[in-house]
Amino acid sequence: MNQDRKDVAASVGRREVLKASVAGALALGFPAIVRSQSDKIKIGHLTPLTGFLGALGQYAVLGVRMAEAEINAAGGVMGRQIELVSEDSVNPTTAATKAQRMYEQDRVALLFGEINSASAKTIMQVAARNKRFFLSTGARSDVLRGADCNRYTFHMDIPVTVMVNAEGQGLLRDGLVKGKRVFYLTSDYLFGHDLAKAAKRFMSEHGATTIGDELCATDVTDFSPYLLKIRQAKPDLVATNLGGNQVTNFVKQYAEFGLPYAIAGFNLNTADAWAAGEGNLSGIWPTVWHHHIDTPGTKAFVAAFEKKHGQPPENHAWIEYVSLKVLAQAMNEIKSTDNDKLIAFLEKQPQFDLLKPRKGYFRSWDHQMQQEAYTFTVKPKGQAKDKWDFLQFSAAIPKADQPLELLAPTKAQSECKMA
Amino acid sequence: MQVLFLLEQVVNGLVLGGYYLLIALGLSLIFSVGGVVNLAHGAFYALGAYASLEIAKYLGFGPAVALSPVAVGLLGILFERFFLRRFYTADPILSLLVTFGLAMIAEQAIRMVWGAAPLPASMPAALKGSVVLGDFLFSRYRLLLLAIVAVVLAGIWLLLNKTSFGRVVRAGIQRPDMVAALGIRLQPYMTTIVVLGVAMAALGGALFAPIALVYPAMGAEIITVAFVVVVIGGLGSFWGVVLAALLVGVVRGVTINFLPAAGEASIYVLMFLVLLFRPRGLLGERIEKFE
Repeated sequence: MNQDRKDVAASVGRREVLKASVAGALALGFPAIVRSQSDKIKIGHLTPLTGFLGALGQYAVLGVRMAEAEINAAGGVMGRQIELVSEDSVNPTTAATKAQRMYEQDRVALLFGEINSASAKTIMQVAARNKRFFLSTGARSDVLRGADCNRYTFHMDIPVTVMVNAEGQGLLRDGLVKGKRVFYLTSDYLFGHDLAKAAKRFMSEHGATTIGDELCATDVTDFSPYLLKIRQAKPDLVATNLGGNQVTNFVKQYAEFGLPYAIAGFNLNTADAWAAGEGNLSGIWPTVWHHHIDTPGTKAFVAAFEKKHGQPPENHAWIEYVSLKVLAQAMNEIKSTDNDKLIAFLEKQPQFDLLKPRKGYFRSWDHQMQQEAYTFTVKPKGQAKDKWDFLQFSAAIPKADQPLELLAPTKAQSECKMA
Repeated sequence: MQVLFLLEQVVNGLVLGGYYLLIALGLSLIFSVGGVVNLAHGAFYALGAYASLEIAKYLGFGPAVALSPVAVGLLGILFERFFLRRFYTADPILSLLVTFGLAMIAEQAIRMVWGAAPLPASMPAALKGSVVLGDFLFSRYRLLLLAIVAVVLAGIWLLLNKTSFGRVVRAGIQRPDMVAALGIRLQPYMTTIVVLGVAMAALGGALFAPIALVYPAMGAEIITVAFVVVVIGGLGSFWGVVLAALLVGVVRGVTINFLPAAGEASIYVLMFLVLLFRPRGLLGERIEKFE
């Protein structure tokens, strides 16, 4: 008897457990799945995947996808998963159209990305018109955070003035500035012009003279006519203000012709250097980050990236990775995706881990991330461990005991006036 | 001094023209024989570059440049047999669509196999550097490139003009129906021409890998210039393409000398002017089937 009652009780118990679990699943589980699908936080991402910056954009996507996966695995933003809407920005016009569509139709919480300064400029205008947040990650032109700055846009990458100042330190160290005759090659678009302006300012302030400055269309692949002109001019230093594929093509052909003049550049990404190959690259170049930085954050990022993609990440993979991490952290802290709150929060200059020795912050009056920069040269022949390892990176600039804003334009120098 | 320097730019432009020629001649041949504008031509150029890098890992630079066109040429047989062959007599828009689609598939395939990032490529150290001949500066590598182009060019010309093979091809360009009436099957000739064309593109890719960027979209980049050269030269004309390639190289070089920013635009202005005054191209022949 006892036995029977026990059985009944047990069976009822089982049934109830079953019922409860079904009910629980109905009440919590399934709607949760439905909710999580519609309730993902959409984040818009634009970067060039084609054209002369396409090779860099490909790295950016690898980095941003890794950040997305890591953020979601760690619980997402405010407990919600994030969903990245990432597209090829193609050119300035298309970039603006896509940005408008992402804000309006895709209903993204915010927008970030871009490498091309001209495209970043048009997206910034769309952001301001819609009064929506945009984090410009890879565009380096000074005017974007200068005369063209607006309160809806923040800037992650170092501006050209910082690149020029960092590179300039390297050139001064090697005695390539004072009294030297410099021949410039400049990429014929917003970024190149901006870079050339900053470079010439620095060089002339430090006693160099300009003996030539040639504009190169962004789709130039053959530089031989320019190389002939360089040889005619016989400069002490060839300084390039080129971008993307241009730099790689130029250094390869410079090595091909074997001209004897020193070469340096105010812009080169690790990807461009890798693509040039060992033996083709020479000179001094600036960069914003590199994979040998000795911090736990960079080591973990590089290890995870290498495991997944079989090669070290380059600086665009890094910048897109930390950018999304920074955005997620900020939204988690303010517990909102509200763009105005986000702007107000970032303007309080909170510190963010950028996987570098020192933390960075967005300067409140021009929205520019303040961070360290680096220069690199090429290792002597035979010292590279593999095809990714032929670059020799400098210590961080500014040094640990110098102010982080040392290389950045001061408020007096900047033309940024936010409405 | 200035005149001499200008001459140096002209000579350098001729060298560059030789390289354009390698890509454009194949495009022109395939068009004149099959009536197909092969938009996938750039893909074979890219494949040639990538194949040469793979082969160079095992055999070194020289064999890679020689073998890569062979490998890509074999691929050309499949390309002709399964795709182009169906479109010789079809509406040109169909072959345009198909070859354009193939070009995109090839680009994505390259991206999947070799990755999106550009691959490093170097030439043997012995080929680096430049030589000064008279007052002119030449890259040693480009002189070698020019010599290879000259040999290929001579070979193609002899093949088309001094062999029975060439006679059939030329007859086939003008009057395919008459060739058929004489009991000659044009099919194998078409295949051979396509293979030669894509192999030349691949050779161009292999030769240019050490001095330009090797990345998935490199084919799309070159096809535009090749197309401009073919249009300027005139369809069906061997010497037209040669002339146009050299002209494009020279015009670009001279423009960069005076007005660097307009260097890349100059070749399109040239095309515009040529088409304005000679719609058929510089040496274009009247080909009945295209009228």
